[in-house]
Amino acid sequence: MASILTISPSPHVRSGMTTQKIMGLVILALVPSIAAATIIFGLRALLLVLFCAIVSALTEFVCQKLMKKEVTISDGSAVLTGVLLALNLPATLPLWEAAIGCIFAVAIVKQLFGGLGCNFANPAITGRIFLLLSCASDMTTWVKPFAYQDLSYGGVFTTTDNLTDAVSGATPLVSRDASLLDLFLGNVGGSMGETSALALLIGGIFLLIVGIITWHTPVAYLGTLAVLELFYVLGTGGEMTDVVYALLSGGVILGAFFMATDYVTTPTTGLGKLIFGIGCGILTFVICEFASMPEGCSFSILLMNLLTPYIDKLTRTKPFGARLEEKEAKHNG
Amino acid sequence: MNYGKEFTKGIIKENPVLVGLLGMCPTLAVTTTAFNGIGMGLSTMFVLICSNIVISLLRKVIPSQVKLPCYIVIIASFVTLIQFLVHGFVPSLYTSLGAFLELITVNCIILGRAEMFASKNNLLASALDGAGMGIGFTLALFLMGSVREILGSGTWFGLTIPGMASHTMSLFVMPAGGFLVLGFVIAVVCAIANRKPPKKLGCDSCPNAEGCDGSCDGKEEEAKA
Repeated sequence: MASILTISPSPHVRSGMTTQKIMGLVILALVPSIAAATIIFGLRALLLVLFCAIVSALTEFVCQKLMKKEVTISDGSAVLTGVLLALNLPATLPLWEAAIGCIFAVAIVKQLFGGLGCNFANPAITGRIFLLLSCASDMTTWVKPFAYQDLSYGGVFTTTDNLTDAVSGATPLVSRDASLLDLFLGNVGGSMGETSALALLIGGIFLLIVGIITWHTPVAYLGTLAVLELFYVLGTGGEMTDVVYALLSGGVILGAFFMATDYVTTPTTGLGKLIFGIGCGILTFVICEFASMPEGCSFSILLMNLLTPYIDKLTRTKPFGARLEEKEAKHNG
Repeated sequence: MNYGKEFTKGIIKENPVLVGLLGMCPTLAVTTTAFNGIGMGLSTMFVLICSNIVISLLRKVIPSQVKLPCYIVIIASFVTLIQFLVHGFVPSLYTSLGAFLELITVNCIILGRAEMFASKNNLLASALDGAGMGIGFTLALFLMGSVREILGSGTWFGLTIPGMASHTMSLFVMPAGGFLVLGFVIAVVCAIANRKPPKKLGCDSCPNAEGCDGSCDGKEEEAKA
């Protein structure tokens, strides 16, 4: 009886969902993509994913030890950052470059700003952009799918230096020569995780079903991009399949389901998420079609990450029945 | 007056770039190589010392209503001088600094030292202040230029560094890399100078102290607890 009468401050209803569980479920949702990448690009892809996960976790450990903070690698957020970053890299990237990307993502973007929950931008996205700008040639050397089978590129530790030009091809975003089915299944060149739309969709839908992410961001993002591409195609007289092409190629699906739904760096309300998704869609479209960058997904998400505090402020919900105080109402105009 | 202190304060303790955060525009724009950084730093130092000396000499002549135009005219004269000198003797530096050499005129370090120091102090102190601030500025730019050149181009003063040249990270010569390096250099210098935010906020540093008359006494501690 005594325990029933215990008085405690809110929250009174607690769910069993912990940070650890959320991160675990997201990593689980990425397993199909990791498997697809391993099938398409060989064992080296799997090695790179594991390597990035380990380096990220180690970086987090070292940072938190140095800053004399509680070590929180067991919550899995650093591992998730590593896996997400790895899936944004080409399978042939030298390991030391991948390590720099992981260290940048975890140490600078996350820990220097205060650790999980305080980072202003998605660490994996920022790590990828850092690598893209720093090691542009290695980051845009896309190995063709299944190249590891028919060449002497057997070694797990092979880097780009050992590969001839014959194996590397342009990403389908640039060349636009892959068939839609190939794009959907992932039989194209590109970053490890972004090639197979099918595997990503399996993971994304899994996350939607278990309730880790809501439908707002992915639908708004992909929908906006599709509508804009449709107008673009109508305006320039291209083929209708180009719309599907734009959605399937590049990291758009990976971004929409796994990056733009990050809890820390995206708005919290449904309306905010819709605005975030629409903004990402517009920016991706503009960068893909009018800028010299072939890949607009990471940049669009990073830019919207920076706007998130303002979106959150604009879409703040008010408690049921509450009225704005007169002072505040005046202040807000 | 402690002349030694006037000279050394600008190097680390009151470094105009890393502590004062002044002159950000040339700091970020021209530090893509160590040589550019030093060139910019020395040019600015020349203008800074000369303008400090002249402004200090004229400090009793210049009426306070028109002091800013007067300062600008004096600074701009020396900038024109250094511009011709650099153009004549180091044409390569002149090309790579571009408009930023002329923009030394509006560098807020120079105007700041004129207003804050040279207009209130004698000739020797002003010259030493200018030299110290100039050295601090040059060192900061040299440090940033070195980091950015080594990481971004794999060279140092144009000399190829073995092993770095084939793995350059071009981000560091881009503007974004400039901001990144600036942040880290500031962090390192703060750590070396062991600057920490004041632990206890007394009435000395409180902007409301005048109207408050210490009536807030004790509330500080309450709020903290």
